[in-house]
Amino acid sequence: MILDTRRYVIGACIILVGLALLGRLFYLQVIDNSYKRSADNISQRPVTQYPARGLIFDRHGQQLVNNQAAYDLMVIPRNIQPFDTVELAGILGMSVGEIKETVGKLKQGRGKNYASYRPVLFLKQMSAETYAVLQERLYKYPGFFVHARTLRRYVHPIASHLLGYVAEVDSLDIKEDRYYRTGDYIGKSGVERFYETELRGKKGVNVYLVDVRNSIVGSFRGGELDTMSVVGSDLTLTVDAGLQEYAEHLMSKFIGAVVAIEPSTGEILAMVSAPDYDPSLLVGRVRSENFRKLENDPSKPLFDRSVMASYPPGSTFKVAQGLVALQQGSLTPDTYYGCAGGYHVGRFHMGCHHHPSPLNLVQAIGNSCNSYFANVFRNIVDNRQTGAARENYLQWRKYIMSFGFGKKLGIDLPQERIGNVPSAEYYDRKYFPTPASWKSLTLVSLSIGQGEMGSTVVQMANFASLIANGGYYYTPHLLKKINGRDTVPAQYAQRRYTEVDTSWFQFVREGMYLAVTGGTARGVAIAGIEMCGKTGTAQNPHGEDNSTFMAYAPRENPRIAVAVYIENAGFGATWAAPVASLMIEKYLTGKTNRPWLEDRMLNFNRYDNRAAAN
Amino acid sequence: MQRQINSINGIDWLTVILYALMVLMGWLNIYATVADEQNAGVFSLSQRYGKQLVWIVTAIGLAVLVCLLDPRFYSSFAYPVYVFCMFVLIAVLVVGKEVNGARSWFDIGSVRLQPSEFAKVAVSLALAKYLGNYSGKLMQFKNLILVGIIIFLPPVFIILQPDTGSSLVYLAFLIVLYREGLPQEILLFGLLTVVLFILSLLMQNVQAYLAGGLILLGFTVYYLKSRQIKNVLKGLGVFMLIFSILFTVNFLAEIGFDIHEILLGAALTASVIFVAYSIVRRLPNIRTIILFILCALVFTFSVDFVFTKMLGSHQQKRIQVMLGIESDPLGIEYNVDQSKIAIGSGGLTGKGYLQGTQVRGKFIPEQSTDFIFCTIGEEWGFAGTAVTVILFIVLLLRLVYIAERQRSVFGRVYSYCVVSILFFHYAINIGMTIDLVPVIGIPLPFFSYGGSSLWAFTVLLFIMLRLDASRNEYIR
Repeated sequence: MILDTRRYVIGACIILVGLALLGRLFYLQVIDNSYKRSADNISQRPVTQYPARGLIFDRHGQQLVNNQAAYDLMVIPRNIQPFDTVELAGILGMSVGEIKETVGKLKQGRGKNYASYRPVLFLKQMSAETYAVLQERLYKYPGFFVHARTLRRYVHPIASHLLGYVAEVDSLDIKEDRYYRTGDYIGKSGVERFYETELRGKKGVNVYLVDVRNSIVGSFRGGELDTMSVVGSDLTLTVDAGLQEYAEHLMSKFIGAVVAIEPSTGEILAMVSAPDYDPSLLVGRVRSENFRKLENDPSKPLFDRSVMASYPPGSTFKVAQGLVALQQGSLTPDTYYGCAGGYHVGRFHMGCHHHPSPLNLVQAIGNSCNSYFANVFRNIVDNRQTGAARENYLQWRKYIMSFGFGKKLGIDLPQERIGNVPSAEYYDRKYFPTPASWKSLTLVSLSIGQGEMGSTVVQMANFASLIANGGYYYTPHLLKKINGRDTVPAQYAQRRYTEVDTSWFQFVREGMYLAVTGGTARGVAIAGIEMCGKTGTAQNPHGEDNSTFMAYAPRENPRIAVAVYIENAGFGATWAAPVASLMIEKYLTGKTNRPWLEDRMLNFNRYDNRAAAN
Repeated sequence: MQRQINSINGIDWLTVILYALMVLMGWLNIYATVADEQNAGVFSLSQRYGKQLVWIVTAIGLAVLVCLLDPRFYSSFAYPVYVFCMFVLIAVLVVGKEVNGARSWFDIGSVRLQPSEFAKVAVSLALAKYLGNYSGKLMQFKNLILVGIIIFLPPVFIILQPDTGSSLVYLAFLIVLYREGLPQEILLFGLLTVVLFILSLLMQNVQAYLAGGLILLGFTVYYLKSRQIKNVLKGLGVFMLIFSILFTVNFLAEIGFDIHEILLGAALTASVIFVAYSIVRRLPNIRTIILFILCALVFTFSVDFVFTKMLGSHQQKRIQVMLGIESDPLGIEYNVDQSKIAIGSGGLTGKGYLQGTQVRGKFIPEQSTDFIFCTIGEEWGFAGTAVTVILFIVLLLRLVYIAERQRSVFGRVYSYCVVSILFFHYAINIGMTIDLVPVIGIPLPFFSYGGSSLWAFTVLLFIMLRLDASRNEYIR
């Protein structure tokens, strides 16, 4: 019967359908990989374990920065159920409207994709108090949970610029380093930035298996993918918290900067940029608002004047001229130049203050004679024995840069800038139609640290430090120890000589000693301490002269070198010198005995001062 | 006594082994689906794997019981069983327990039974009995009507529960009827109906294209059968003429029908003329073709009506989602998506037993019952799913073989009923988990959790084996 053959049709159908199922299964399971990713996305919840950030100590082991707990309120949009918005608003200090709006937004995204399974930040950085209240009632708010984070806490309101601040990563940070994820914190400036990798430690992750309600079922593959977090390394800085605080106190009325260095190591003892701000202002939920305020402040408190500002060094630079000239041979320690109340060549006039005349190098440094160093500088540039003016200038520039000017010293701060020692090409363009017509007189304002010359305050302090050492320096740095061990990088332990022979330094040292004992800075001599210093009063086209002073002490085996720079204050001897003097006294003796001098510094008023000068 | 020993020896042990393998695999996967870290013991009756163990043991008892009964019992009691089953299906509508919106269950103590599962056995017996008595005369009108009633009475009650998925299973009996002599044309017609149904939902103005296409097809068929090119050209001329007239009138009088409606109108008018012509000139070929075309058109018009009026909203949605007309990621599509993710993430060899992340996370609804295949797919990978599919293929082919060696029509029809039901369940169940067919909630035989379905499939299969064991005896 013909119907019997239909068994084969039925059998064929069974096989064909089976093959269709097998083909489809093979495609789904073996060829198409997208389902594996989807499965991972849905069923894994990686929970990042944030390590505590490393602590920061001063050179004596005093804590400068530690951590405080903060609590992020997270929510899984999918799991939100209707709740008492009024009560939650009360606990969190938000308005009911805000809460409803946020929840509404989160719920709208629901169902679009699997992201609604993922925890979303609801409110960041709740205080411990808020958290304590919320925790008891958290069960009333399905879908919400709390994620503990750590924030910075500053023990003293000091050293804001050198410490820097920590903030949430931005898109650029994430792009640069794939370690970071949205919501992570990163050091944005200062030591926090420079030693970010040491301080941050290493994030860990626990991968959990979650079920359809997004509650944790267990660890994923028995914790196979989990990694431990590693606590950040603690840093010990070279900074002396006491000296730092005192310097900031003295500078509280000024705009300017102070840097103090231990010459024998290059360790920075204090580093002040005034005005400064309390670093606690840039922590937590108040950060963005305070940051905006500081950014808009016309006195630019966020600008680190100690390593970023390029100031004309003024008369302190004369010491450098003397050293270069001695080395070059255009000057001997016994060369005398006269001064008739200024330096006059044809129609060129450079004024000088009243002092005995003629003077040798030591006396000229002690009395800060402009004419003397105009002569010295012109002789350097016009020295026929060493070459044409342009070559001599290049030679001069090389010497100056060997003192650390016009380049980054390599300090461990991300914001360091180079200052400015003008290049020969710059003058080729600016003054000289042809290189052949180079003239020393055109550049003569460089002789007294004016004109285009720009130096950062840390470069000035480093210069003081290398004079104190008698001809070499260590790169100034802030790092002393990592995790309590002396693991300071080799570049900070290396003695760096200048292009000037160490034998020439005794003369300028003597000059700087004279300045304090019987010269321009005699008013700030410290009883019982042999200090060497050099004042500077840099003209400022925008207002009152800048007041500057560099010094070191004691004269033999110096323990501290300081540079002070104060904008628009007036004479170096009047304002910058006392600050340096008081700091040195404080550092070397542990106390100061000149309350009147401190008072004078603290009673400075920029606006009065400007009126008086005019 | 002698006969019983013969019966046991005559049992098809290959089938029994396949059955046992499937039930065992099913239980292992139910365990994996339900088990979690703080689970109770394997025998705990509070968990589904514990309960399923009880169902399995009792199912084996039932299988033995089925084998011990005299094969003539099944033939003799086919109608009473069928009638009893219909009463039960009516009773469940009245006193049944409502679960998930369907009144499909009886609660008897702590046991819950679903009579629609057992109705398949009753229909199979009754159908076998009826066709066994009227062998070879299926295409008689009276026989067809009665067979139709036997098969499609239970699904009417089941739709009323409502449980459309379970009622669709009865379409599988078409395979039996095909084997027993239902013309191929009717099955092809059925297939065409499904295609048209889908096309009508997917396409706009499908009737117009259909009408045009079918008329051309009709002419082609007519030409192939009659070889009279003259009539074809005449017909085409008439059709073109009507189309031109309608088009011109519409254009000049600015009536505003669009081109599809004109095409449709022309096709209908031409068809009427052709039918009249064929009656006058006695050309039966044309008549058949034209009638077929008209039926197809009426059908496409009725699809909208059937779809919106006769199907429930969730069934409409399932079909729409399946056809890609609507997207509904957290509704119907969610099930299928989660199911595909679980199976797809299994890879070649799976994530390992008890290691399925999607299964343990309970992402798939109904994952121990209708979606048990996901567990196989995720934890055992393609290796596991392929073994499962191949087991079913082997089982079904073996059952076809057994069916064909029956000497009685009763035995053969019943066996094909078993083949059809198992085939439909397995193909649709696996197909829906991998997004090949719409989701209709029917279990995977022998694998899915559930006492009623395991019992029903066991009884269904073992009656067949019992009949096969004594196939040499005459049964009618």
